[in-house]
Amino acid sequence: MSRYTSVTDDDREQMLAAIGVSSVEALFADIPAAVRLDRPLDIAPGKPEQEVYGYLRDLAARNVSTEDEVSFLGAGMYDHYVPSIVDSITSRSEFLTPYTPYQPEISQGGLQVMFEYQTAISELTGLPVSNASVYEGPSAVAAAGYMARLQNKRSRFLVSRGLHPHARETLETTARGFGAKVEEIPLLDGVTDPDALQEAISDDVAAVFLAQPNFLGAVEDLEALAPVAKTTGALLVVAADPLTLGVLRAPGEFDVDICVGEGQTLGNRLDFGGPSFGFFAAQEAYLRKMPGRISGETTDVDGRRGFVLTLQTREQHIRREKATSNICTAQALNALAGVIYLSWLGRRGIVDIGELMLQRTAYARSALAGIEGVELVHEQPVVREFAVALDAPVSKVIERCTVAGVNPGYALGTDYPEWENGLLVALTEQRTRADIDRLVSVLGAAVAAERTGVAA
Amino acid sequence: MSIAETPMQRDRARTVFEKSLSGRRAFVAPALDVDARPLDELLPARMRRTEPPRLPEIAEPEIVRHFNGLSKRNFDLDTGFYPLGSCTMKHNPKLHERVAALPGNARLHPLQAPERSQGALQLMYELQVALGEIAGLPHVSLHPSAGSHGELAGVLLTRAYHEDRGDHRTKVLTPDTAHGTNPATVTMAGYEVVKVGTNADGGVDVDDLRAKTDDQVACLMLTNPNTLGLFDRNIGEIASIVHEVGATLYYDGANLNAVMGISRPGDMGFDIVHYNLHKTFTQPHGGGGPGAGPIAVSDRIEPYLPRPQVTSSGALAPAKPGRTKSDSPEASGGADQVIYHLDYDRPKSIGRLRGFQGNYGVFVRSYAYILSLGGDGLREASETAVLNANYLLARLKEKGVAEYLPVAYDRLCMHEFVLSGTAMKKDLGLRTLDLAKRLLDFGLHPPTVYFPLLVDEALLIEPTETETKETLDAFADVVAEILREAADDPGIARDAPYTTPVRRLDEAGAAKRPVIRQAL
Repeated sequence: MSRYTSVTDDDREQMLAAIGVSSVEALFADIPAAVRLDRPLDIAPGKPEQEVYGYLRDLAARNVSTEDEVSFLGAGMYDHYVPSIVDSITSRSEFLTPYTPYQPEISQGGLQVMFEYQTAISELTGLPVSNASVYEGPSAVAAAGYMARLQNKRSRFLVSRGLHPHARETLETTARGFGAKVEEIPLLDGVTDPDALQEAISDDVAAVFLAQPNFLGAVEDLEALAPVAKTTGALLVVAADPLTLGVLRAPGEFDVDICVGEGQTLGNRLDFGGPSFGFFAAQEAYLRKMPGRISGETTDVDGRRGFVLTLQTREQHIRREKATSNICTAQALNALAGVIYLSWLGRRGIVDIGELMLQRTAYARSALAGIEGVELVHEQPVVREFAVALDAPVSKVIERCTVAGVNPGYALGTDYPEWENGLLVALTEQRTRADIDRLVSVLGAAVAAERTGVAA
Repeated sequence: MSIAETPMQRDRARTVFEKSLSGRRAFVAPALDVDARPLDELLPARMRRTEPPRLPEIAEPEIVRHFNGLSKRNFDLDTGFYPLGSCTMKHNPKLHERVAALPGNARLHPLQAPERSQGALQLMYELQVALGEIAGLPHVSLHPSAGSHGELAGVLLTRAYHEDRGDHRTKVLTPDTAHGTNPATVTMAGYEVVKVGTNADGGVDVDDLRAKTDDQVACLMLTNPNTLGLFDRNIGEIASIVHEVGATLYYDGANLNAVMGISRPGDMGFDIVHYNLHKTFTQPHGGGGPGAGPIAVSDRIEPYLPRPQVTSSGALAPAKPGRTKSDSPEASGGADQVIYHLDYDRPKSIGRLRGFQGNYGVFVRSYAYILSLGGDGLREASETAVLNANYLLARLKEKGVAEYLPVAYDRLCMHEFVLSGTAMKKDLGLRTLDLAKRLLDFGLHPPTVYFPLLVDEALLIEPTETETKETLDAFADVVAEILREAADDPGIARDAPYTTPVRRLDEAGAAKRPVIRQAL
């Protein structure tokens, strides 16, 4: 008997008698012999809890986490502090172990959380409608593309080269399925080139995709780009880092149609890339074309305020092949972490943390730019991340830094061959001035050593 | 029936925004430790937000009370029976949360260099091997985020496979019993949906399938056992009809919990399989996610798998899932040390469907589950799931229930089964919805209702292997009691529930005049 089942030999005998068969084997009579597995699975026998824990603890110990080094890695996920109340609340079984709230009378907690989450996302993005979460950032961008295509039936997507490379690739993978083409708009001085966008825009463009801030950390001039993007009726999609929206103007202020993004920065841990959540907010006009669950306010038969899953005729379980998306299970628990985090941060806190990132990032940026052999990739305003170009092989520099306990950032050349020795450096409220000073000294030494050919 | 308002019902819903008061706070920012520069120098005023977003202003004690209070307005699996068909609401072992939260997992950055995330890559690799063995298919990608995402990956793989051979097909077949995600996925992947009927036995109508299968068919998506809880006895013939025209056979793994270690999709002839780690492999459902939807494929589909793919080198033999540290090669060091990689160099790959490497936190939990159960335990889990379902079905076939709620297809079921409420509606004036709502007053989560679509007034019941015989008996007794009660007074169930935090809600009104955010 495994430790997660309870059927005793006696139980089994009584149950089989009630069913009217003589053995458990007989319950599988419908499975033809030709497709039966005639041997045990080639997976080791089960282990006691303490051994499983020990094995997985040893594996985890072979990873170098942000607990083990001073990390300036970002590029889409960031090492922010996750407050204890997030773990405490999300580990409550009432949030952890139910499923999608199909029975609203016994799911008011989850439904109200979705409603509050939708309110918070609307408020951050400046857009009136939000769903209750999608999988994560890049697939949220692809979902926006699919919705734009449903909306205007056009077949070209224009994508800023400043959009996260994973998002660009994800959009391309899915667009190939529904028959749309993805074209890239180049960057100029670190931001989307408005003239190139102007040139590419035409009346067969379904949507234009920008990132705010972009992959190089630069703040895009949405005020200038939005009118260009929208001249021919294309939808404007902005992928935003939600934790910068305390200091950056809300995308909704620029006539953006859809704002999506990666929600990890809102109270979700790194988890080697997931699970986190994606958010999806839009103008009112698209409410009935949105993907995913939406919680709506209503009343019960006695007039009490309550919440239900609403506008379900968009969804796959009702509309099947005519649904606006195939999404079913999304990221409810991660979105809960998001709304707890935003409540914790609060109206003042989201500005405070944004301004702290602005100041420390500016400090780090000018300190790094002062190093011999390090130059800024662009001089655009940044909030929490910036790119530098090294006059030395970046992978070797990173290696030298990590030996000294500092992870200096992401090698930009992986996705941008034009900055072969580029380094993308990210800040959070967890990286102090002392950490930045250490980065400056370690990186400076590493670049100098590589330039003079000193052995590591 | 009139019942006094419960304390929870008296406590009307107030959102966290309504509890906000200017000046309250929970977060205190770290002190500014660099020389402050004027904000205008850092970010031009025209790019700066002037009005802070109206997030709640509330201190920690009240945040805790707010969300704690909300949690009490949820029913959950740790509290009671949750026989939600097709969702596999099995126990979520608590060990899994502990190992997922280890800093080496939880605080591991997704772009950490592979040589410094070997533990995570090894875990992913071993999970791939284990899942491949369970499905009977050699290649696994952990990339997709949920079942529906795995489906999309699978249909895009099918498209890539055909197009690589210069074969441009237009249609995908789905049975009328399929989950809604199947046809929705087909549309998203740019194919036309063609529905295949169900025979009197509850399986695929093979004649209908044969008639609709031609060289324009790219794929058949099938759930086996299907959403009626029945194993399709004609699976061999179905596979050969589909393969004869060169189409792929796709396995929706939502019901894999019935057959682990007993029968494998790969051996049934399937080319592509998705797993729902939040169903079969017990990632907690989280109120609607997170999940993960890895896929396994045959050799001919392998070149197109999403990237990156976790690979290994240096091993003399493939890693065996569940080996202990003492018998792992790297424990001894030496020449045959295994190194794990993220392989991006896959020229025929369909590409990414999301960022980074997938829902790693889910992989940790599901791998913990596989290690705990082992090959033998996985088979036992499936056997017990099927035993529990058939036993509950037997109990519900007893007099007092069966005349109102007959089983839709009277065969041995697999891990779930479908009852029809047609007679209950006609003879007692109770719809399936009423029965579901009355179950709430007994502290039970209702089954899935009104699905699958081809059964009138359907109830899809999946007890899972982790429930006791006593729990199954109690559920059967409650159903009988509700039916007896309805024979006297059907009004009681029609107005149910009475004891839940709110009673029946106006869903039509919510959709007609959508209010989907708090007015601020």
